[in-house]
Amino acid sequence: MTPRPWTRTALGVAAVITLLMSVFPVYWMVTTALKPTPDIQSETPQLWPSTLTLDHFATAFAADGFWTFWRNSLLVTVGSVLIALVVAALAAFAVARLRWAGRRAFVLVVFAAQMAPWEALLIPMYVVMRDAGALDHLATLLVVYVVITLPFTVLTLRGFLEAIPVELEEAARVDGCSHLTAFRRIVFPLLAPGLLSTSLFGFITAWNEFAFANTLLISHQDQRTLPVWLSSFGNTFGTDWGATMAASTLFMLPVLLVFAVLQNRVTGGLTAGAVKG
Amino acid sequence: MTVPSEVAVRTTPHTPEHGASSPRDRPRRADARRGRTSFWPYLLVAPTVLLVGAVLGYPVVRNVVMSFQEFGLRELVQGAPAFVGLANYRELFADRVFWEVVVRTLAFTAVNVVLIMVLSTLVALLLARLGRVLRVAVMTGLVVVWAMPVIAATTVWQWLFQSRFGVVNWVLVQLGLEQFQDYSWLANGSATFALIVVLVVWQSVPFAALTLYAGLTTVPAELFEAARIDGAAGWALFRRITFPVLRSLFGLITSLEVIWVFKCFVQIWAISEGGPNDATTTLPVYAYQVAQTLNRYDLAGAVSVITVVVLTVLLLVYFRQSLRQETDR
Repeated sequence: MTPRPWTRTALGVAAVITLLMSVFPVYWMVTTALKPTPDIQSETPQLWPSTLTLDHFATAFAADGFWTFWRNSLLVTVGSVLIALVVAALAAFAVARLRWAGRRAFVLVVFAAQMAPWEALLIPMYVVMRDAGALDHLATLLVVYVVITLPFTVLTLRGFLEAIPVELEEAARVDGCSHLTAFRRIVFPLLAPGLLSTSLFGFITAWNEFAFANTLLISHQDQRTLPVWLSSFGNTFGTDWGATMAASTLFMLPVLLVFAVLQNRVTGGLTAGAVKG
Repeated sequence: MTVPSEVAVRTTPHTPEHGASSPRDRPRRADARRGRTSFWPYLLVAPTVLLVGAVLGYPVVRNVVMSFQEFGLRELVQGAPAFVGLANYRELFADRVFWEVVVRTLAFTAVNVVLIMVLSTLVALLLARLGRVLRVAVMTGLVVVWAMPVIAATTVWQWLFQSRFGVVNWVLVQLGLEQFQDYSWLANGSATFALIVVLVVWQSVPFAALTLYAGLTTVPAELFEAARIDGAAGWALFRRITFPVLRSLFGLITSLEVIWVFKCFVQIWAISEGGPNDATTTLPVYAYQVAQTLNRYDLAGAVSVITVVVLTVLLLVYFRQSLRQETDR
């Protein structure tokens, strides 16, 4: 059925409006970051920037502690992803490949943990970490992120593992490899794509996390991560919206890259998950 | 909340089916190994169990215990909190402010979820009817929105709605609404509420729309053709064919959105910290405020327990929907 001309026009208009409504804030962030300050602070906003400048990015780079916060964010994110990966791979192997009493219970607990309402645990977490003398340490945040991403990682890796034929491993075992060697030599390489996409999801979670970073690292400014710093940009840049938007753009960049890598998987996994049949 | 958790929740319940061959025959086959491998599995899951137990399990238990204790600044510093039974819960339930927060949380959830579902349904239907180029363009736009970190979005929102140079006020004035000249959004309760709703909806539509669109593509075209021949069009077509066929998917996404909006914290905290005059204080924000400003960790614990209970109930609804989705197919 071919749509009538006016229907096509209406659809086109609706599509353009949807596109504008969705990407305009992102567009506005990037263009504000690239406009000279007089153009930003103008009574009539320039919807299309006339002059471009990198000054605001320079301001952001030069901001007090900028590199420290980047380093902190990277440390916490990469560290938690790697640890979660190793810990989860071990558990996933046990669940996917071995049979043991309590296996079902373990899977159930991991499944429940994945649904944990972390937002409701900010205060008890603060109290617990205070008792443990663990406040204001990046390592504390790292451990929290490991646990936030762990259940998802275990369940996903288990799914990937189950897709790898057990015969490959058994062959290696026949050839005299131990369980661990078989895992390292045979399963691990086959698991690599699964590990990659799982870790990228973990990366996004840890990179974006704000609530715990804002609650558990309070008195030591130099332990802050990027989201906390960005949320208090008023203290750093005052009303310098150009620099604030430049910092936001820089902060978004790694996630955008990850999404570009993952896009097929994201939408693919989405379809597979949402509609089976 | 964040993008990945959305992905996580969506994909994982189905990953067990990932395996090409039936995973069910695996444990039986591995049965033969029993005995030789008896201590290995426990060693392998030990780190996971310990970490989840210490960093998730313990705070959850501690939270429940704390909600039955008198736990203020003194107890935080010196320890030895006294057991007070249900006193904290009684205090909460007797507090008018608490009930205002509950009602506000429900209103916040309802407004957001209705807007998210209506808009994402429209976007999904639009995507299904667009030509290839425009469809890919709109989908790319949605993915970019989805990829935007929450904190980057809250920062941009503050700039969009900035009173003097904000582009939103400028557009509204251009549209003839002179009262928005230098309008200060964060000074007015309902305006701040609206601003946060717009942000949450903007962030949530991509996931819901893309999932619904993925669902739409699986509806057999013959169904629509048959209905069209019968004279159904537009709203009737949606009501009689699209919605019934995708009923369980709609249910699934709605319950997920309810859960996410209900526990929404970061957007509200980063933009208004629950203000002005508590106009945007929902349950998670309330728990945080009670602990932070009043040092009433016991009350915060009680609020958290209530939040967790509500979320658990919502999750059970979600699982029922999940199961229904499985059995429908």
